[in-house]
Amino acid sequence: MRLVVRAAEVLGARRLIDVTGAHVDSCLYHGTASLDFVQRLVDGGARVGIPTTLNVGALDLLHPERYLGEPRIAERGRVLMDRYRALGARPTFTCAPYQIDDARPSLGEQVAWGESNAIAFCNSVLGARTNRYGDFIDIAAAIAGRVPDAGLHRTEARRATIVVRLAPDVPRQLRDADVLFPVLGIVLGRRAGSAVGAVDGLRPGQSEDRLKALGAAAASSGSVAMFHVVGSTPEAATLADALQHDAPDRTELIGIDELRAVRDELSTASGDQLAAVSLGTPHASLAELERYAEVFGDRRVHADVECVVSTGRDVLAVAAGRGVVERLERAGVALLVDTCTYIAPILRNARGPVMSDSGKWAYYAPGNIGASVVFGSTAECLESAVLGRVVRDLGPWGGA
Amino acid sequence: MTEISGRALVLDEGLSLWGGMDPVTGELIDAHHPQRGVMLGGRIVVMPSGRGSSSSASVLAEAVRAGTAPIAFLLAEPDLILAIGSAVAEELYGVVLPILVLSAPELASIEEGDELRVLPGGTVEVMHRS
Repeated sequence: MRLVVRAAEVLGARRLIDVTGAHVDSCLYHGTASLDFVQRLVDGGARVGIPTTLNVGALDLLHPERYLGEPRIAERGRVLMDRYRALGARPTFTCAPYQIDDARPSLGEQVAWGESNAIAFCNSVLGARTNRYGDFIDIAAAIAGRVPDAGLHRTEARRATIVVRLAPDVPRQLRDADVLFPVLGIVLGRRAGSAVGAVDGLRPGQSEDRLKALGAAAASSGSVAMFHVVGSTPEAATLADALQHDAPDRTELIGIDELRAVRDELSTASGDQLAAVSLGTPHASLAELERYAEVFGDRRVHADVECVVSTGRDVLAVAAGRGVVERLERAGVALLVDTCTYIAPILRNARGPVMSDSGKWAYYAPGNIGASVVFGSTAECLESAVLGRVVRDLGPWGGA
Repeated sequence: MTEISGRALVLDEGLSLWGGMDPVTGELIDAHHPQRGVMLGGRIVVMPSGRGSSSSASVLAEAVRAGTAPIAFLLAEPDLILAIGSAVAEELYGVVLPILVLSAPELASIEEGDELRVLPGGTVEVMHRS
């Protein structure tokens, strides 16, 4: 409660409000401080007061042998995950709690979520309301069931102040390609910083998976906690709605040159050499797993390439029931749960080059695990995994 | 809070400590940051804002424990994630790490390498190098 009050002071809030759920990121091990903190909570007899899901931890508890780092660190990571479970939180261990039906808050619901991509998705795609709750304050809010009445909990802060549109030179094919979304997300994060941006001019009804990719990238290159995509997100049926019928501070055009530059910048390796393919950052949805299985068909991952797909254990269970897990495993794909390939030593050859379709993965992996990265579309990643070398399709990009 | 003095490290872009700082060494490791490779430990970090990951509070607390953390942050806007990391570090390890918000002109007046004094109450005194 002391932390919640401290947060209220920082945010200048005059009162606290109730929240109905929490998503806690503190269960990922970052060193002794992680354990020291949770031990304080355990010693004080704390329990979560509201339904609480847990973010990824340091290892895959269903396949612990996949952790290739020091056993001592793995053990500490596991203990931390256990401690949070013992506080009464649900052991979901996913960065995409919004993929779990009974953990999805509804439009307008007040919650306290951690994990930058989940925060962005919660506000933007679900229309539920959370601020950026980082480690420690997330579990503090889950215990107290209360948060400061400030920021994105309040309607006025959810208004878009920046409008972003694609310039006329962006090829029509790219405007409705999966690969646009992580790249546009990186641009949005840079342009918006911590402000709320509205992306205007895309085909309405964009899928949750595309919006997930956009938000995760925007929350990596910037501090984006909320965005609107006009015609696709619930508080932006029209641009005027996203702006709450006010004028934007500025409107920005994103041209093809900038999109190509960001795409290229996300790759730190060149050439067609390939050691691994990593998909599922944020965690792959059921629809994505089904799509991967569909694309592999009877083909297999090349013998020289490691292909890892990260997902949540709840999604994995549903996918297993539908035979999707078996199809992917038959194709040579390793399914990873509870953690991710860029936060823990999982990949056999982490130096790479590792190919990923995630703007967030490409952004953080070089710093976190020292990987050299090839960023590509989902289709390019899957094709490359089969052929054992990086293959490109510049079609959507207008050939360059 | 006692007085804190040290040299300014002016970051041109905001930094996410998670994925951006190695708490074992205090090195800036974000591959996309223009100042990759600088050491953050013991410096007063001046930057426009925090950024990115919500795990940065843990990284900050761990860096304080390990003795590799900056000794203060001066920002242009409040950052809840850094403020909470600092509050927890104080609670667990008794180290006070001020996270202060300055006006844009004040922040812009600070140059790389300036000697700074952060006084109790949050006033910042700047002694330019030259």
